[in-house]
Amino acid sequence: MSDASSLTTVGLPGLLLWAAALLALAVGAVALDGVLAARSEGAPLRPSLTRVVDETARLLRQRRRAPLSADTLVWRVGSSGLVVAALLMVAVVPFGDHVVSDLDVGIVWFNTMDVLVWALVWLLGWGANSAHSLVGGYRFLALALAYELPLMFALVAPAVGAASLRLGDVAAAQSGLWFVVWMPVAFAVYCLGVVAFSVWGPFAVPAGHDLAGGVLAELSGVDRLLAQAGRYALLAAGALFAVPLFLGGGAGPALPGWLWVPVKASVLLALFVLARRTLPSVRPERLMEVGWVVLLPAVLVQDLVVAVVVAVRG
Amino acid sequence: MIGVLVDIGFWVLGILAVASAVLVFVVDSMARATYALALSFVAVGLSLLLLQQNYVGVVTVLMMVMEMAVMAVYMVMYMGMNPALMPMSMVHDKRAALAVSVAAFVVLGAGALLVPWPVRRGVPSPDVTAALGEALMGKQMLVMVVVSPVMVATIVGGIVLAAGRTRYDRFGDDLDVRPPRDPERGGVGR
Repeated sequence: MSDASSLTTVGLPGLLLWAAALLALAVGAVALDGVLAARSEGAPLRPSLTRVVDETARLLRQRRRAPLSADTLVWRVGSSGLVVAALLMVAVVPFGDHVVSDLDVGIVWFNTMDVLVWALVWLLGWGANSAHSLVGGYRFLALALAYELPLMFALVAPAVGAASLRLGDVAAAQSGLWFVVWMPVAFAVYCLGVVAFSVWGPFAVPAGHDLAGGVLAELSGVDRLLAQAGRYALLAAGALFAVPLFLGGGAGPALPGWLWVPVKASVLLALFVLARRTLPSVRPERLMEVGWVVLLPAVLVQDLVVAVVVAVRG
Repeated sequence: MIGVLVDIGFWVLGILAVASAVLVFVVDSMARATYALALSFVAVGLSLLLLQQNYVGVVTVLMMVMEMAVMAVYMVMYMGMNPALMPMSMVHDKRAALAVSVAAFVVLGAGALLVPWPVRRGVPSPDVTAALGEALMGKQMLVMVVVSPVMVATIVGGIVLAAGRTRYDRFGDDLDVRPPRDPERGGVGR
């Protein structure tokens, strides 16, 4: 059933282009978030459009501070690792016919990178040697235990539908019907997982105002810049990864395939950004039941439906 | 050329795995010890990629990072009166532990070096992951199918025995109290 994908592997030099696409999407997300914030406060919109540049310049010039006895090594692994995890996620995403690495286990690779975020955010919370940061790290793990299993089983649905873990095959298998149409539950749970592992919107409580910034509380200078960039990059990487997984890959009229991928991703990313100002925060201790009593059975039924459809179609 | 790269990869990952495993006992912080162990497992997982076991290698990294993230929480939690949030030694009973671990390392290392490894006959199967799964699970499938429900029952039984609160504490003597009397409310209003 799955068409054998014929992707051209561009290898490590091509990763620069993929990084540029990721950066462009992340910058767009920051700008959109700034515009939405300015509009809700009735402030002028123009400053929010250059917010990325202003904030980057400010943080690059700011002197790094560290609390007494901070574990600087693990702290900096945490703050700088998020961007790396996001970049490694998109390395297996095909843009049209080209991909950095045509890994045969691309979906598992994505899952591994999002589990890496567990470690990175907790280390970010631990490293600062500050109670607020540490509580933020624990909050993230509490959320992670709740969203990760539903997310894992949501990733199973497209893999079963395409009978492959390779992203090129998954995108090619949607030439008739996009997976988002007949796997809506898996898509919804996937989106929820992406927003959650990006510490964003309703799941931003590990970095919440009630914790004086939580895992971000003590960060300054380039460390803060990297950690914040990492959150936006993860959000953008999740949106990009959804395109071959659920949204038909590069398929679309008029535009070339490599352009359709970022176009579709930016629409999804805009929805993720909107979620920040439209949905209420989730209390970490309350998500466990929602995740395991509601989402997990729902997504398991989705997997069953997909498996039955695939078996019947033969 | 590829052979040389594989050799370099093997040695780099092997040394990284052993060195970070040693670090687990050298460092003085719970977080560093846990994640040094995670790094060691990641190196092992990545070295499985050298065997072209892509699925097994990537899944090993996934499972081990997840496990260590949860283990860090438990290690700090169960340290009790010991100040696990402060710098502390990662070893107890140093002399006996050192003797046991050196002996275990020597026995396992000697076994790996001295065992007569079989020579390759034929060529590897095109899908080595499926071949490995078949070799490991094929004949033992019935055992695996029986063992997994027993393991789940053991876990559930253990939690039921260990839990301080029973369903009578939650739902009352006649099991008719709704919503249950829980210290934390759940997320779905039960």
